[in-house]
Amino acid sequence: MSDHEQTKLIATAMNEGSPQAKALGFTTLEIGDAVAILKVPYRPEIVGDPETGVIAGGVVTTLLDHASGQAVHAAMETFTSIATLDLRIDYMRAAEPGLDVMARAHCYKLTRSVAFVRAVAYDRDPEDPVATAQATFMLDSSAGKKPGANLKPPREPRTKTGDAGQ
Amino acid sequence: MSDIDTRLVSMLDSIPYARFLGIKAELAGDEMTAILPFAQHIVGNPMLPAIHGGVLGAFMEMTALAQLSVAAPMKRQPRTIDVSIEYLRSGRPLTTYARASIKKLGRRIANVHVEAWQETRSAPIATMRGLFLVAPSEE
Repeated sequence: MSDHEQTKLIATAMNEGSPQAKALGFTTLEIGDAVAILKVPYRPEIVGDPETGVIAGGVVTTLLDHASGQAVHAAMETFTSIATLDLRIDYMRAAEPGLDVMARAHCYKLTRSVAFVRAVAYDRDPEDPVATAQATFMLDSSAGKKPGANLKPPREPRTKTGDAGQ
Repeated sequence: MSDIDTRLVSMLDSIPYARFLGIKAELAGDEMTAILPFAQHIVGNPMLPAIHGGVLGAFMEMTALAQLSVAAPMKRQPRTIDVSIEYLRSGRPLTTYARASIKKLGRRIANVHVEAWQETRSAPIATMRGLFLVAPSEE
């Protein structure tokens, strides 16, 4: 199986297997060479401003995060678990009501522990973006964690108070 | 119901995407706590399972917008200019809470910080800083 085929399988698993991605109807239009292009179809349930019918900023946030994650997988040679460390988004303009929104993400740097991604969200033309994003991901984020790890109580003692530092 | 209550309830009820995520809010005076009940459709990683990072970002953005609606009547919904989200811990399959602190509410720009947590307020799972374009109504 080629790298591209494996990446496509990961993208499909991330869209079909992730309940939120599925609920929003994410599909991957293109993936490979550290780039992923995803689409969220417009529908009334995901509107953020009922007066204008504009899609919610939060939907664009989720699309950019998801596309960025797939770009990281498209940049890696073998599958590794990843987690978003931070995500900065600039909203340039409202998406046009009724139009699907796309996000193109590029993982432009991969280190041993961290991946760096830039992404752009658009409705018609990537040169006229709805939003741009910059994200970093931790690699091998599930190291030592087994499936279902989050169903158990957290490692931190629950009674701890007044200690925000880790 | 107070004016603030009415503004908050009508705002959350009117936003389709807030209903899609199931966001609620509670007020104690002018202090608002936004609530995101756990639901299967907000999961991002089904293996752990963990709430989608984008949903946490969206929830914190909505918390900021709701806090702004509590702070002052607006001519129209504030528009998000930018957000910067930090993910501290994975979102476990539990109810998530968030509170927003308006650092400045100007005539055009509002600066808002948001923190989201689950069981332990002192161990937040994510934080957000956002800038919003606002249009407070003249009173």
